[in-house]
Amino acid sequence: MARRVGLEVSIACSEAVTLANVDVIAAYPITPQTHIVEHLSEQVAEGHLDAEYIKVESEHSALSCCVGASAAGARTFTATASQGLILMSEIMYIASGLRLPVVMALATRTLSSPLTIWGDQSDVMSQRDCGWITIFCENGQDVFDQSIIAFRIAEDRRVLFPTMICMDGFHLSHVIEPVELLSQEEVDSFLPPYKPEYRLDPHRPLTMGAFTMPDYFMEIKKQQDEALKSTLPVIKEIWNEWGNRFGRYYQPVSCYKAEGAETLILIAGGFSGTAQIAVDRMREQGKNVGLLRLKLWRPFPHQEIRDAVKGAKLVVVVDRALSVGGQGGPIAAELRSSLYHLKKRPAVVSFVAGLSGRDIHIDQFVEMVERAEGHLSAGKIPDYEMFGVRE
Amino acid sequence: MMETLEIKRVFVPRALPLREYFSPGHRGCQGCGPALAIRHVFKALGPNTIVANATSCSEIISSPYPQTAWKVPWIHVAFENAAAVATGIEAGYKAMMRKGKLPQEKINFVALAGDGGTGDIGLQALSGAMERGHDFIYICYDNEAYMNTGIQRSGLTPFGASTTTSPAGKVSKGQNTWKKDLPAIAAAHHIPYVATACPSYPIDLYNKVAKAAAIEGPAYIHILAPCPTGWRCPSELTIEVGRMAVESGLFNLFEIVNGKKRLTLRVPQRRPVKDYLKAQGRFRHLTEEDIRFIQEKVDEDYQLLLEELEEV
Repeated sequence: MARRVGLEVSIACSEAVTLANVDVIAAYPITPQTHIVEHLSEQVAEGHLDAEYIKVESEHSALSCCVGASAAGARTFTATASQGLILMSEIMYIASGLRLPVVMALATRTLSSPLTIWGDQSDVMSQRDCGWITIFCENGQDVFDQSIIAFRIAEDRRVLFPTMICMDGFHLSHVIEPVELLSQEEVDSFLPPYKPEYRLDPHRPLTMGAFTMPDYFMEIKKQQDEALKSTLPVIKEIWNEWGNRFGRYYQPVSCYKAEGAETLILIAGGFSGTAQIAVDRMREQGKNVGLLRLKLWRPFPHQEIRDAVKGAKLVVVVDRALSVGGQGGPIAAELRSSLYHLKKRPAVVSFVAGLSGRDIHIDQFVEMVERAEGHLSAGKIPDYEMFGVRE
Repeated sequence: MMETLEIKRVFVPRALPLREYFSPGHRGCQGCGPALAIRHVFKALGPNTIVANATSCSEIISSPYPQTAWKVPWIHVAFENAAAVATGIEAGYKAMMRKGKLPQEKINFVALAGDGGTGDIGLQALSGAMERGHDFIYICYDNEAYMNTGIQRSGLTPFGASTTTSPAGKVSKGQNTWKKDLPAIAAAHHIPYVATACPSYPIDLYNKVAKAAAIEGPAYIHILAPCPTGWRCPSELTIEVGRMAVESGLFNLFEIVNGKKRLTLRVPQRRPVKDYLKAQGRFRHLTEEDIRFIQEKVDEDYQLLLEELEEV
């Protein structure tokens, strides 16, 4: 039977990775990811997990070690945040191009400068185009579940892409939440051992990572793009199977009181919990408001999001990242792009809020909705707005 | 375990095994010293070998998609991380063998990189990998500049060499820094085996690689590999130029086994560095005074080397 315990979310992630019985962990300490790798070190030190823990000298080497280990056929995990992720950036693209199912946990944190250790999603967004499956988590249970599911998704032969699960640094990674743990048998029944078709094996030599000239590159890139897009139904299938087994269902875009709502809030990650309370309050006041949680960032669920906003007049997108000098919020930009060709589409109002650990309160979600409705009725919608900035 | 070969007074090519793991047909320039060195390295290692290759000449000449020159499993990831990738492979195998997922067997895990990929951009990853004590062999083939991108200087380009980013000019003598001492840096990690080699001495090279493979723990082999294209010398002089580097004492063949250093080839009478410098266009601009300066520094370094040697 499932055990329901109170756990720090980082520890829940490490417990899940232990249950996934990884072979190799390579990681470098960075706040707010440290509790994940500290606990994994303990798991290895105490003999609870039989794995090689490579104590690398940088995040660049962390991911490089993971790429090597994964190419050898090992189940491989790393965790990082912020500057660590962008130091890995070069290898992020290569891990995807090599189609290696490395799994990473990201305790999302702001990118410098100014230097700050607090959370937002600017690190994830910096890796938007690197070709990793990218999943946002909402709460501790979600992190525990996705930390197991990610291996199943990544290693599925119809997928074979590195997969990143994102938890809000501090706001989620460092809070204690109720988590239903699974037994080793339950996890084993869902997650079979990784058996790669191709790996670095002296008995079956192969060349990985050959370079290309212009005559091949575009064909290979198109294959990668199509392959990543084609993982969407597989991800949905695996999430569905998880739901059937363990009772918790996940969707690329999940809806809360969204059916028939005139106004929708769209947000990714842990702050969607606050947004949900705001929606309840607005509903109590008779406002027809709903909530969309974006769970899957890559591959982007274009059709699911189009279906989810159908019928709404206004979508209020709250991004915890800023495209400096660009279109403001990355999720808002993606949504606008998704909706552009539709004849009937809702207005999209983009707010950038909650950067670098700044909280977004319930009444601030209400305020954003009111401001957005004001913009709509005035017929003048700004490209984006930085919300909650002192003038 | 690999057998070492008896060093013959006269080089007998047939003493080396006929097997090839770095195939002919690669895109190396005529007289490519690195290609020759790599060929010998993998003859010594044999088929139970996995290679992580840094971005470099060796990577570019050997893996133009959809072709490959490699008969052993090979991976290229990026420029600065060959040591990290190789040790990731090693750790993966170690875990999978221990957990019974793979049968126990002896495999050589090799990182292969040039001088820039080792001593400049890859130094941090190399240091981390050596410090962690993985059972792997790091092969640095040193052709003394970024040849792949068009002969730009690296931290291992020798003093006085003209390259495309350290050109000799009216107020420049070319490279104005001395060669970074990578074998000493590797040795400072107190790893069980460090050696230098040169494809002009193939049996010495072969034996060192075989030794590195037999020793458990990190091994670092630094191979001076003449590049006729970048050194501006005729392609038929690759072997000769390598010999002149060793005979002049500019590049010494030694090994450090568990901290004990010994020369594997002691030159009875060192020849002047001038012979070596004059054979290459990259040093063409050097004056007699410059050559004297280099000779003095080489003499000094050679004395220091002799003082470091363990009595054999």
